[in-house]
This record gives sequence, C-alpha cells and structure tokens, in this order.
Amino acid sequence: METLMAVTVGFLFTIGTYLVLTKSLIRIILGTSIIGHGVNLLILTMGGLKTGGPPLLGADGLSFTDALPQALILTAIVINFAVTALFLVLGYRAYKTLRSDDMEQLRGIEDE
Amino acid sequence: MNNALILPIIIPLITGAILVAFRKNIQFHRWASAIALIATGLVSMFLMNQITLHGIQTLQLGGWEAPFGISLVADMFSSLLILTSSIVAFACVVYAFRSIGKDREKNYFYPLFLFLITGVNGSFLTGDLFNLFVCFEVMLISSYVLLSLGGTKIQLSESIKYILINVLSSSLFLVGIAYLYAITGTLNMAHLSVRIADSGQDGLTTTVSLLFIVVFGLKAALFLFYWLPGSYSAPPTAISAIFAALLTKVGIYALFRMFTLIFYHEPQITHLLLGIMGAGTMLLGAFGAVAFSDIKKILTYNVIVSVGLIIAGLASASFMGMTGSINYLIHDIVIKALLFLIGGTIISLTGTSRLDEVSGLIRTHPYLGWMFFVAVLSVSGIPPLSGFIGKVLITRGTFEASYFWLGGIGLITSLLVLYSVMKIFMNVFWGETNLSVEMEKGTTNGVMFPIVLLTALTVALGLGVEGIQPYVNLAAESLMNPRFYIEAVLGSNAAF
Repeated sequence: METLMAVTVGFLFTIGTYLVLTKSLIRIILGTSIIGHGVNLLILTMGGLKTGGPPLLGADGLSFTDALPQALILTAIVINFAVTALFLVLGYRAYKTLRSDDMEQLRGIEDE
Repeated sequence: MNNALILPIIIPLITGAILVAFRKNIQFHRWASAIALIATGLVSMFLMNQITLHGIQTLQLGGWEAPFGISLVADMFSSLLILTSSIVAFACVVYAFRSIGKDREKNYFYPLFLFLITGVNGSFLTGDLFNLFVCFEVMLISSYVLLSLGGTKIQLSESIKYILINVLSSSLFLVGIAYLYAITGTLNMAHLSVRIADSGQDGLTTTVSLLFIVVFGLKAALFLFYWLPGSYSAPPTAISAIFAALLTKVGIYALFRMFTLIFYHEPQITHLLLGIMGAGTMLLGAFGAVAFSDIKKILTYNVIVSVGLIIAGLASASFMGMTGSINYLIHDIVIKALLFLIGGTIISLTGTSRLDEVSGLIRTHPYLGWMFFVAVLSVSGIPPLSGFIGKVLITRGTFEASYFWLGGIGLITSLLVLYSVMKIFMNVFWGETNLSVEMEKGTTNGVMFPIVLLTALTVALGLGVEGIQPYVNLAAESLMNPRFYIEAVLGSNAAF
C-alpha cells in the first residue's frame, strides 16, 4: 500500500512540476494546487497507513492509528485552499490589467 | 508557564481583526495600529526581563504538556528580534500615515500590516515545527496582499512571481515536515532535538536537513534570491521597507533555530554548505549592488548581501560568530528599514529612482542627506555605528572556525557595499542642484519622524553596544547550548 502511495505522490509531483513549468498562468496555478495535494498524501503516508483502530478512548483493539498526520493535513488543506483562491483572483486581476496570461510577457520591465 | 508569551501574537491579531470592522475610520486605524505595535514592544521588553531573571520562558497552549501540545518558547534570541521588529514596524506604520495614500488605507492596509506582524512574531515564538509553517503562512499571505495592494501593473506582475516561488517553497517545507515526522515521530522542536541526538544524525536525517536549507534559503533569500530584487522594489516605500527589514529575517531566524537546535551534529556537511551558500550570496548580492544605477535596485541587492553575512556567522558554529550574527541581525533590521525609508523619500521627492537624473539634494534637504550619510556608514560597518561590532565578531568567528575564505569574502563585500551606497549618496546629494523646492513631486512633511527615530537607534546601538551585550551573550549562549532550550520546554528530568 505504501508503495502505491509513493508512486501516486511521485505522479502528482510530476504533473504539478510540468504544469508549473508551462507558460500559461492558469496552468501554473493548477500546478501548485496539484503539488499541494501530493504533499498532503505524502504526509498521510509518512504517518503510517492504517495500522489499527480509531484513536478514541473506549475503542476496541490494542493498536491505534496515528491521528496527528490527519490533523496536519486538515490545516495544510485549509491553507492550500486559501492561497489557491487568492492566487486565482490575483491571476485574473493580472490578466485583466496586463492583458496577458503568458509568463514570457510578464517578465517585468526590461529597460532598466 | 508564562501567559505573557501569547501577547506578541494576539495583540496585533485582535487589533487587526477589530480594525477590519471599522473601515471608514482611518484615524482610528492609524492610532490603533501604532499603539498595538508599541504594546507589543513593551511586552517583549517584559519578556526579556523575565528571561534574564528566570531563564527561557515557555507556554504550553491549552495546558497540553509538551511534546503533545503546541509550545510557545521565548528565549533571548526571539525576544530581542520581537523587540527590534516592533520598533521598526512602528516606524514603518508612522511613515505610512503620510505616504501610503487614502486608497490603500481604506482597503485595509493597517489590518494587513498587523496580520503580517502577527505571523512574524508567531514564527519567532513558536516551539513547534508545524506551527512554524502555519505562522510562516500567516505572514506570507498578508505579504501577498500587501505586495499587490493598489494593483499597479508592476505590482501585479511581480506579486505573481513572488506568490509562485513562496507557494512552492511552502510545499517543500511540508515535505520536509512529513519526512522528519516519519523519521522521528514528533514535531516539537525540543523533542526533535532530543530524538535526533539520541539516535544520531544519520544520512537520511542530514538529507532532510538539506531540504530545510533549500526551503529556508528560498524564504531568507540565501543564495536562492532571484525573486527578491523584483518583488521588493514593486510596492510603495512603507511596505517595501517592512519587507526588507523583516521577511528575510524570519527565514534567517528559522535557519538559526533549525541548525543550532536540531541539526547541529554534522556541521562539516550542513554548516559548510550554509557557509558556501552565504559566500555566494554575499558575492552575487554585492555584484548586483555595484552593477545597477537605480536606487531601489541597489538597496534590494544590499538586503541580499547582509543575509549572506549573517549566515556566515551561523556557518562558523562558534560562540563568537553567533554573537556577531545576533548583533548584526538586530542592526540589519533597523538599518534596512532606514535605508528603504530614506530611499523611498528621495524617490517621492524627485519622482525618479535613476541616479543620473538626480543631484544636489543636500542644499534643499540637508537633514535627509546627513541622515542618509550616517545610514551609509552604518550599513558598511564603520565604527562607532551599529554595523561594526557585528561584522567584527562574525569575521572573528569565521576565522576561529578556520573558514578564512568566508571571513575574507565578508570583508571584501563590505567594501563593495560601501561603494554601492556611497554612489547613491554622492550622485543624489552632491553636485549642482537640479530640482528646486517648488518643482518637487513630494514632500518630507510628516515622514521625517520615523527616519530620525531609526537613525537615532542605529547610532545608539553603535555607541551603547556595551549596554546590549549582556542580552546578546545570553541569546548566543542559549543557541550554543540546546540543552537549555530542551530543559525549558520538556522539563529537566522528562522521560523522553
């Protein structure tokens, strides 16, 4: 199961990196979001996949699943969501103001 | 347990949250944010006093004992940084009163500024690695909005690049946290330190520590600084001054914390790499500062040079080098804000940032000119101003560790720094006056107070260096002995 997750995480990072390296702004933003998902799966895997029951008092079983990675992922998802939303809004505003979403043309002022 | 530890985080947070509700009342915004920053500074002085008397102060949030809950830890290093950043933030806010413009003030400039300070103080105080990530994000999201606030073309195109690089480095930060959690099974910094000291820093752990060098190197502009010159010269003066003074310093703080508390077992790999990156940063930053003839560009490259110098002290891993780095860090927060404020004032007076279009400003603005001269001497480390002692101690630290090349590069680049800022002074203030008072595009009315405050501070830090040395020594001592930090957080006989 861990191997499968490792391959999945690697796959998500590959797609994300490819998208970030393209010219179009919207693809770049989606790329960062996909990398964010890859990171979340990585944290989940690193905490150890299902090794016991829920970590509740009174629950049966001798071993419990580590709940901390899930709490970390919850926080990471919220932050990732907020940043992606802000990034999308800014990207749209930049597109309207600068009339381009091509990163080649957004290099900045050349004549300095 | 000391409940005052939470105050530097919640004072700006709650003030900012209240200010969001009073959008129309700008006077209230101004005074509330200035008072909140003064209060934060006073709290940090109180904390420094407590630390001198009773040692490192901790607070276990919600009463959950470390390592299970989230700990806040204030040692002398973090309290000194909070005090300095509160003073500088106060100066920048006062500068913003007259310079930032009604539009930005109405669109929540002051609340965003306070949220930025919340994130900065949170990063300085937290004792938990994941909490450090969260505080970084609080700071970064505020900085994204501050950078793009106003929506001019240059701001928008620069903020996109700035956000992209920071989102990617935050993802890598999380990757590092995930690996570290898998290796050690904890995220409390003191606990991490104990676990890694127990099991030894093997190859895997060292590799993860290199990942953290990349992450914090991106945030602190250590070698990976290519995003900095563009984004720091885009926003208005008050915002770029606080960015230059604080944002990279938080990354530097994180590097110090990680590589003195957790990953200090393999200095011949990690600290040597930090030293090489620091040397590269100093050289490339100094080349940039010398090459450009644009005030904003020169000043942003100077931010980069100082990052390299501070990290050189960390790379030496000696008591002398640490003392120097802490001295220089405090000096640099003050002096970079001062340089950016004066540079921004010159640009608003003349309407241009190009050196060849301005000259002879000393006749119309003598006070501004001489204060800039003091800042120039201080930034290049001329005694008796504040940059001197830090530079001397860092150089001695690197020599002690036999990194002669590192100390040498530090000395050579400080000459280049002196040349680059002296070039601004000579071009802008000397020569024929080509701009009469009537032709000026801006005014110095109301913006001189913060500049005078910071100039006085850099002179006082230089002349009164004996006065702050006990505090700096205490800070360096706790950095060199991770045991103090661990005992304060986990208790002296905790079963690890």
